[in-house]
Amino acid sequence: MAEPEVFPYIPNSVPEIRQRMLDKIGIESVEDIYKEIPDHLRLKSRLNTPGPISSEYDLKRHCEELLEDGGNGADCKKYIGFLGGGIWNHYVPSVVTTIMERDEFLSSYVGEAFADHGKWQAQFEYASCMAELLEMDMVNTPTYDWGMASATSIRMASRITGRDAALYAGSISPDRLSCMKNYAWSAVPEFIEVGFDAETGLIDLDDLKAKLSDEIAVFYFEQPAFLGMVETQCAEIVEAVHAAGALVAVGVDPSSLGVIEAPGVWGADIACGDVQGLGIPMQCGGGAGGFVATQDEEKFTAEFPSLLFGVTPTIVEGEYGYGEVFFERTSYASREKAKDFLGTMAQLHGIGAGVYLSLMGPQGMVELGEGIMQRAAYLVGELGKLKGVKAPKYSAPVFKEFVVDFSGTGKKVADINKALLKKKIFGGKDLSEMCPDLGQSALYCVTEVHTKSDLDALVTALKEIL
Amino acid sequence: MGIVKVRKNYHQARWDEPMIFEMSTPGVRGIIPPAPGKEIADKVGDVAAGLPEGVKRKSPPALPEVDQKHVLSHYLHLSQETLGSNVHPDLSQGTCTMKYNPRINEDLTLDPRFAYSHPWQDDETIQGILHMYWTFEQILKEVSGLDRFTLQPGGGAHGAFTAASIIRAYHRERGELEQRNEVITTMFSHPCDAASPATAGFKIVTLMPKEDGYPDLDALKAVVGPQTAAIFITNPEDTGIYNPNVDKFVDVVHDAGGVCYNDQANGNVLMGIARTRDAGFDLCHFNVHKTFGTPHGGSGPGTGAMGCRDEFARFLPYPTVEKDEKTGKYYLDYDRPDSIGKIKGFLGSAGVIFRAYAWAVMMGPDGLRETAEMSALNNNYFLELLKEVPDLYWPYAEGHRRLEEARCSWERLTEKTGVGTDDILRRVGDFGLQHYWSSHHPWVVPEPMTLEPCETFSVEDLEEYAQVLQIVAREAYDDPETVKNAPHKCAAHKRAAEEELDDPAKWATTWKAYKRKILKD
Repeated sequence: MAEPEVFPYIPNSVPEIRQRMLDKIGIESVEDIYKEIPDHLRLKSRLNTPGPISSEYDLKRHCEELLEDGGNGADCKKYIGFLGGGIWNHYVPSVVTTIMERDEFLSSYVGEAFADHGKWQAQFEYASCMAELLEMDMVNTPTYDWGMASATSIRMASRITGRDAALYAGSISPDRLSCMKNYAWSAVPEFIEVGFDAETGLIDLDDLKAKLSDEIAVFYFEQPAFLGMVETQCAEIVEAVHAAGALVAVGVDPSSLGVIEAPGVWGADIACGDVQGLGIPMQCGGGAGGFVATQDEEKFTAEFPSLLFGVTPTIVEGEYGYGEVFFERTSYASREKAKDFLGTMAQLHGIGAGVYLSLMGPQGMVELGEGIMQRAAYLVGELGKLKGVKAPKYSAPVFKEFVVDFSGTGKKVADINKALLKKKIFGGKDLSEMCPDLGQSALYCVTEVHTKSDLDALVTALKEIL
Repeated sequence: MGIVKVRKNYHQARWDEPMIFEMSTPGVRGIIPPAPGKEIADKVGDVAAGLPEGVKRKSPPALPEVDQKHVLSHYLHLSQETLGSNVHPDLSQGTCTMKYNPRINEDLTLDPRFAYSHPWQDDETIQGILHMYWTFEQILKEVSGLDRFTLQPGGGAHGAFTAASIIRAYHRERGELEQRNEVITTMFSHPCDAASPATAGFKIVTLMPKEDGYPDLDALKAVVGPQTAAIFITNPEDTGIYNPNVDKFVDVVHDAGGVCYNDQANGNVLMGIARTRDAGFDLCHFNVHKTFGTPHGGSGPGTGAMGCRDEFARFLPYPTVEKDEKTGKYYLDYDRPDSIGKIKGFLGSAGVIFRAYAWAVMMGPDGLRETAEMSALNNNYFLELLKEVPDLYWPYAEGHRRLEEARCSWERLTEKTGVGTDDILRRVGDFGLQHYWSSHHPWVVPEPMTLEPCETFSVEDLEEYAQVLQIVAREAYDDPETVKNAPHKCAAHKRAAEEELDDPAKWATTWKAYKRKILKD
């Protein structure tokens, strides 16, 4: 029989230590503990799982080889990528990585505000930075992602208004809509689509007004829309929705808020979105973190399901302390009587986003937004010159994403993207299955990481392919 | 054996750090974003300036204006005012399985080939990541005995919500959803086992434990019926007590036409020991961030990997990760017409899955079992040490062992000294330890303390923690004010005005609100 193995992550796996522990407990073996489990419920066989890869070096090699995949593995650094749609390739500053990788933050849990004081302050500052960006007073600790944040917004709106139907713009993300419908079903069983103009891509105000009623809790739209359009009628939307006694919930892209007006200014009741673009690496979609924000009014605060960290005095004068605001709302305090459920969500990404916004400052966010819009405008202009290509598909202003309609080329987006891939370019998201009404269209995303030569490389490649 | 060091001279970093907003000076900058370049700028001009009135932001966001070094040092200070499981023996967080989070897994997830991958890339270019997803699903299937898993839920409560959504779809399809509108849980199961199904639309029936602390089978029999949609339970419960009749609970619910869900938040102690399928459950979740060694991140990102039997698999959120057995290639399957839809964007917390995959293959099958066994041994060794702590006891299940954790009570000490668990948990912080987890609400066990010394804690850690509890318990008699006013040596002190956190006129969750409401700025 092989010698018992000693595991580097399990200090007491050394046989002598294990024996000393058994002696102290006064048992022969660990089976004397496991006899609490009836024999017929015990697993009698050895697990059949891969490994062990005991050496850290071997593990590293193994994982690196998986990522490399014999040269077939690729990412948006190795290739030029134009994929977005809720996970975006923005620059990740070194300071953000350094802070997010601090073991103190990384390996902590919720903690308490004395021994984890720094983490609570970092969370408070994250919420505070988001509040400035959004011009709203109350920002939750991050939930899973934008989909969950939008779904939470719908449920909050339903509770605040006492109504059980929701309107949404047809230009929002189909995946987020799916998330909302499933999550909100018990409170909001009915979701009704509001159309958008086929030419401009802007929300059809007449359709919105026609569908508003005293049963509608909320109208949800995105600014910019999933399909890229920057909505120009926010004030009119707010006026119409409020006139019907409903709330306006909007999904926003925080990277746009240096140049696009804050939802708190034009009167949104609930704003939500994702922090991933604020310095969190994409991680194949794992970089997400959802925010929900409102003004600081009790009727809104009372309906947040999330933890809310507030600043509060301690027994030492002048010291900032922190605590959980209105804790009774949460399921940690009130189980099923709470506002929805609460659990481990995405706090670390909030800390990262707070560091990012502190680095960027007002000027950084303005320049970021301006530079992205210039790149997008440049690429739109160049793509529009290609025969049979309509870019953008809609005439509304564009921030960083836009629909490119390839229908006029007679080619399928799937084939175009396969051909681009051979040239080490990830073309825009193929919308032909996700949004079949749009024909052979793709959603392109441009950020500050793109240089002119990146954009030109795409245009040159498309010229060859089309 | 290494030294057992009770850190009497400990003092946490206390930087008395200002808010980042207070460090702001107009015009100072922390980082410059990359400009698009002259050629683009000349060609397109100032595009943002062309935005219509009302769309263009009028005044820049009032973010802090701080140089890079001071942003870095500010957040380094804040990190130093934080404890984590890699920093100190964080066995205090019962039910949370605060284990070591290996550094190698951080290096791996920072690899640009992962960090800069987009989930909509062609499947051909992310085969390695899909391999990890697929393989980790196989590992969970083997550990649980169930047939399929989704790795998309972002945490345990989200896993439970996903299960509730699937159970809803299952009953709806059978035409029984209106009738089957109740979910049963037990008081010592995690609050999410009540709150998540409630969010999905179910009424909740909570079973109180028997006098001996075990879940009450007769009480279950009294409440099941044609209205029962499901039962959501944890085993071992948050008391560390294993319910030996768990399969009978499952049978009772199945006989009534209900579905059985096992919340395996406390599953660290069962890997390779007992499987959820063998107790008859239909669905379960694992808290990947607890059991599989990934960092908790202050409360996420995590993953509540949710598994089920085949008959529920078609309801799983899309996409699933599939393997083409002919080519050996992995692909994402979006064509799932019965799916409940999306519960999280894209593929879920891919960084958590990568780390968990690396952890699980490093441990191997024997390592998974060693993890379970050592969490049971550590807990029972630790409880031997706690027998020396004055007045401390762990109620219920007399003569039976706790598996991976124990819910203890300071009730006797509180009665004698007036010092309660909320005081003691703060005082523990003065010895370089995280405050301990008392209990979710309501406190069924009076003055509770829940500790979970999982496998990555050493004997020395356990001895140190037990000695600190002894010291504090003695202090409760000799010097109660020191305990009641604790902490004294942590990064910050006791809150002075708890009630203000519930006062709409006083609470402030952002600097903006603080300035307006408190500073009257």
